[in-house]
Amino acid sequence: MSEIDEKLRSELQKQGIFVVKMQDLYNWGRKNSIWPLQFGLACCAIEMIATAASRYDIARFGGEVFRPSPRQADLMIVAGTVTKKMAPQIVRLYNQMPDPKYVISMGACAISGGPFKQGYNVLKGIDRYIPVDVYIPGCPPRPEALLHAFMELQRKIDGQKLSGADKAEFLKPEQPSEFPVPEFGEHDLNPPANPRTYHPPVVEKQ
Amino acid sequence: METLEQIKNRAELAARGAKIEIIVNPGPAQQPSFLIDNDHAVAVATFLRDHPAMSFDFCSNVTGVDWLDRVVKKTNKVKQIVDGVEKEVDQTSEEKIPGYLEAVYHLYSIKLKHGPLIIRMRTANRAEGTHLPSLTPVWRSAELQEREIFDLYGVHFDGHPDLRRILMWDEFKDHPMRKDYAPPDDFEWEPTAHDEVLERAKQHYPARPELDGAEKITSNQ
Repeated sequence: MSEIDEKLRSELQKQGIFVVKMQDLYNWGRKNSIWPLQFGLACCAIEMIATAASRYDIARFGGEVFRPSPRQADLMIVAGTVTKKMAPQIVRLYNQMPDPKYVISMGACAISGGPFKQGYNVLKGIDRYIPVDVYIPGCPPRPEALLHAFMELQRKIDGQKLSGADKAEFLKPEQPSEFPVPEFGEHDLNPPANPRTYHPPVVEKQ
Repeated sequence: METLEQIKNRAELAARGAKIEIIVNPGPAQQPSFLIDNDHAVAVATFLRDHPAMSFDFCSNVTGVDWLDRVVKKTNKVKQIVDGVEKEVDQTSEEKIPGYLEAVYHLYSIKLKHGPLIIRMRTANRAEGTHLPSLTPVWRSAELQEREIFDLYGVHFDGHPDLRRILMWDEFKDHPMRKDYAPPDDFEWEPTAHDEVLERAKQHYPARPELDGAEKITSNQ
């Protein structure tokens, strides 16, 4: 691909002939048809619904097909407060999604627990159990912010490589596609975070 | 609505042996309430609902209160002879009140358009004797809220049709709204810690005097 002269490629395009890499074609198809999983947890879900409705219209970016089943979904938008009682179900839904799968952590609560962070019943961020691709701050984030996150995710998908040492994570067989579901303990979830993927924030001296 | 004393007298007549105490609320709300003894609570509640002059047909709110062991200091002015002269001297006495759990019900009458009438019940203590009679058979709307009190305070409502945890999971052992509840030691750093959270932050993260402004550290470099 890199051998093709840019001028020649541009000239061919004018004649209706497109010369692209298989990877570009594949990612172009994937990034313009991201089907989100249809579920909401709290007030952020209202903004997500607004994003899907006519005014903001996520269909402009190919994300309008909200699926009611994780088996048909590419993207999980964790929209709202994740209570500890809900967390195992979120992880289970994530595990049931087929690869490649992506997660948008929408709003302060899904990122860190938000205003309920030091409470006894709220998970301090969904990234304690599943990997997150895009974080959106806000309480709740506006629909534009969700669209921005969606476009960031599209950029990320566009840059994923299909081969080579730096190929996408979901193509590496040694990378986990499912994550352990936490169990209800007597005082807290067990374990309180997945130690393989989650590392607590460290305060560094400036 | 009749005065609380009138309602109290009527209820004690209707439910034989019932002991009702009027609890005065010294706060700005000035809402006095009935403290009903546990053995006759269902009878009193049925009277409040069914008597045509009461008709408290709507239980709008049920909530729990946790009272820890308290020491109440009282000062009495006592006349004493000091140095041959009679003087008034303050004498303080301490009264220990053991802790208990409380369930508070707010009652209204849709039919007669009066209310609220506040009734409350107290458990014997906070450890084993945390049983109260359920008023769900009287007011159906108390069902979920009594379950919530059971979940968060650990009050067992005898006679409740379906007493399970409602907010926390079934395996959970603690009662988070009790004042002596200690959450799991799972602190995570946050930028604007204050009050209790700041205390926990100090335990989990080493002091940073140069960042927190307590003491400026100058380096020799």
